[in-house]
Amino acid sequence: MHSPTNIETANIEASWPDAIYAQLRRVGVRQVGYVPDAGHSRLIKLCQDDPNIADVVLTTEEEGVGLVAGAALGGQRAALLMQSSGVGNCINMFSLLRNCGFGCVVLVTMRGEFGEFNPWQVPMGSITDDVLKLSGFLTYRIDSSADVDDIVGAGCDMAFDGNLQVAILLSQRLIGRKQWTR
Amino acid sequence: MDAMMLDRREFVRELLIDRGDLLVISGLGSATYDAAAAGDHPLNFYLWGAMGGTAMIGLGLALARPDRRVAVITGDGDFLMGLGSLATIGVKQPKNLAIVVLDNAHYGETGMQASATQAGIDPVAMALACRFKQAREVSRIEAAASVRALLHSGEGPLLINARITSEDTPRVLPLRDGHAIKQRFIDALNAV
Repeated sequence: MHSPTNIETANIEASWPDAIYAQLRRVGVRQVGYVPDAGHSRLIKLCQDDPNIADVVLTTEEEGVGLVAGAALGGQRAALLMQSSGVGNCINMFSLLRNCGFGCVVLVTMRGEFGEFNPWQVPMGSITDDVLKLSGFLTYRIDSSADVDDIVGAGCDMAFDGNLQVAILLSQRLIGRKQWTR
Repeated sequence: MDAMMLDRREFVRELLIDRGDLLVISGLGSATYDAAAAGDHPLNFYLWGAMGGTAMIGLGLALARPDRRVAVITGDGDFLMGLGSLATIGVKQPKNLAIVVLDNAHYGETGMQASATQAGIDPVAMALACRFKQAREVSRIEAAASVRALLHSGEGPLLINARITSEDTPRVLPLRDGHAIKQRFIDALNAV
């Protein structure tokens, strides 16, 4: 079920979430776990509408780490969608991925950086990349929609071909400021 | 303290008799030792960490392999840390997923501090509130055979809260190398 009007969705430029979705399909991702974020709303909807993808709404982001591991044990690839604040919720659970070598792609919508209006987002947003690196992730940052297809595709291949943990940070410049101040 | 309680080793051993192609995820600490003590098996995924994540690993596996039965066997401490996952599982309604909570109302690995279940916090009621198809408590070994049947053919998601004694049991230590545990599991699953 989807609400008939969704301002967040309408305000996001359509192309980059579609490019991410196409890459997830290309590499055969079958499970997508997420804690909703406005920046991910279109991608979430694309996944929900795809009968080949099990969309799993999480109560907290670290649940998604377990989901990825379980999916991999069963032979399926999984991706996680979260906001930068959610990365902090996952730190100990990330040890599961590193310890067992589970390939994983995390798509992180950034808060607390370029043009942030809410200072409470800044402490976590400003350390998200470092936290991910310390947790064993390769991180790639995307500032321009023109780079989304290329970088997400490369990240997915590295994650799933090599059982690596890859995080792709979708910067606040990419997502756009407009949606936060509607 | 209820006089009628289960011996954890005996109960888990009973659950895993004739396990066939049952897939088992065991939670860190004593649940992993119990699963190993029942007989090491390549279709056991032993956790040694990632506390709170056991049930979600079960969900990811159950969604990936709807043709197979998945049993999560874990302690009350791990279960309580991942309470939100009850709601997540309730949304997805995996028919092939069962969670067995070995509830001794204590944190056994860390000095037997009381857990929330000792104060009457009820895993069965929480599972039912999260739309689990079945949830029940067991405290007698005679119930093991019916729980075993549920693991193999009961409609999930289902939860069994097993009231076990808080007696210390000898540690039975299976593989600890995460890569090896994972690969052994995947190879065995693909071989069947």
